[in-house]
Amino acid sequence: MDVATLTASLQLAAPEVMLAVGAMALLMFGVFAGDRAAMLVNAAATLLVLAAGAAALFYVPADGGEAFSGSFVVDPLATYAKVLIAAMAAAALVLSSTYLQNEKLAKCEYPVLVVLAVLGMMMMVSSRDLIALYIGIELQSLALYVLAAFNRDSLRASEAGLKYFVLGALSSGLLLYGASLIYGFAGSTQFTEIAIASGEPSIGLIFGLVFLLSGLAFKISAAPFHMWTPDVYEGAPTPVTALFAAAPKLAAIVLIARTLFEPFPVLSDEWRQVLMAISALSMGVGAFGALAQTNIKRLMAYSSIANMGFALVPLCAGTLKGVEGMLIYMTIYVVTTTGIFACILAMRRREGMVEEISDLAGLSKTHPGLATALTVLLFSIAGVPPLAGFFGKLYAFIPAIEAGLYWLAVFGFLMTVVAAFYYLRLIKLIWFDEAEQPLIAAPREANLIAAGSALVVFPILILPFAAGPGLELISYAAGSLF
Amino acid sequence: MSFTELALGNYLALAAVLFTIGVFGIFVNRKNVIIILMSIELLLLAVNINLVAFSAFLGDIKGQVFAMIVLTVAAAEAAIGLAILVVYFRNRGDIAVEDVNLMKG
Repeated sequence: MDVATLTASLQLAAPEVMLAVGAMALLMFGVFAGDRAAMLVNAAATLLVLAAGAAALFYVPADGGEAFSGSFVVDPLATYAKVLIAAMAAAALVLSSTYLQNEKLAKCEYPVLVVLAVLGMMMMVSSRDLIALYIGIELQSLALYVLAAFNRDSLRASEAGLKYFVLGALSSGLLLYGASLIYGFAGSTQFTEIAIASGEPSIGLIFGLVFLLSGLAFKISAAPFHMWTPDVYEGAPTPVTALFAAAPKLAAIVLIARTLFEPFPVLSDEWRQVLMAISALSMGVGAFGALAQTNIKRLMAYSSIANMGFALVPLCAGTLKGVEGMLIYMTIYVVTTTGIFACILAMRRREGMVEEISDLAGLSKTHPGLATALTVLLFSIAGVPPLAGFFGKLYAFIPAIEAGLYWLAVFGFLMTVVAAFYYLRLIKLIWFDEAEQPLIAAPREANLIAAGSALVVFPILILPFAAGPGLELISYAAGSLF
Repeated sequence: MSFTELALGNYLALAAVLFTIGVFGIFVNRKNVIIILMSIELLLLAVNINLVAFSAFLGDIKGQVFAMIVLTVAAAEAAIGLAILVVYFRNRGDIAVEDVNLMKG
């Protein structure tokens, strides 16, 4: 590789280079300045992540291209995902600052680990090679394992970290085993060459694909690989859960789309079957599992399982419209879920954070603004018509119906109705029940993010944008897979 | 010396057996979390045998590069796994698998 190609490659990978160098610089600064500077490091990390998102959008050449001998690709899909990942991770970092101070967890390692996880996610959405894919996933997962156990004096948090680690390592093993089979039977690790080799698919290649897909399904917590989700969501510190629920899910599902559509277009009949099963199971498990929960974070875990099922529905169609539908659904989902977690983080009592659903009672009387934002977000995630979540579900189901998957769309619709029950139960508690104990005034940044995301899912603001340039942007991004 | 398809089959069979033992080690084992960590290593080593065997069979160096990267990441993964285990042991005073049940999954 000569100097000119290397420079071009590094320019394409500019956001990743920034994050890697920035994480090391922040770590050194944190080591020398000590934990007194934790909030400073947190703010710097937020800016760094945002700057990486801006670099992906403005600095990297607009027409994109391949870097590092075709292992790393920059296309509209990758850029779109990177900007959204950066925004969601920055929101999670902002949300964490007050919580970490209150819980005496303000340490310099926290923001550095988040930056490293974001680096892994950006690698994931840009990888066009099995080795790059593995490196991206591991970089993201290893940082997230530690974040889950970040509250190291809490038994719950360390149990969550342990469970996440064991199951995550198992899923990495499945993924790698699949990758090794694909390498062996296709003769290459690069997606473009696998696509040529899978012209005449062998049984080994299909086996490898199924293993790879199982490993990836773990990362988006789709059933039947969802077991870790409720425990990790409940045990991990709440801002970490807010991070888990949005950015990594988006990165992993974009990675799934790329790994299925680029190297395996010939096997689409096979992988669509697997996706349909995973999607239907996730919607069912997510909808019914949440009914019995009393902890808000566990409820949100089941909600995310169900939402991953919904996001996979359009991918089952295997068409350009399907990828578009998935991107629209995921965009709305990550914004809504970050907003809901902002609301959860805004609720605090004297003895600690609000975690039980019953604690929501009477929120409308004490905090009408917060109650309104949470209600709008819950209506949106339930898919009630005028809000953005409804349009997300619409764009998710239409490609499936066009591809003739009526049963999947009908099943999805039924599960939406079941899921609406528990979202509506929360809304009933907020507006019609009496409060037991008052809440302490909420941190300003949590209020801001909650209000911001509530405004985004509110149709009056989003429709003029979404109907025009937003949709165009998303179909441009989705088009890069075809 | 050529690497025949028969030899490749033998290596793949060995890797498949090791991989299955690793998966069973995680799910069947009810005693100790350390055994789970060993099973995870077994999974990754089974993958490495696969990669190196395919690399030799195909006459392609990339498989061995992949195996090297897997080894490196496995070391990092083991370090993080043990660190989390130590934190868990400090809080719980025990690492029996049956006791990892504070939250019902």
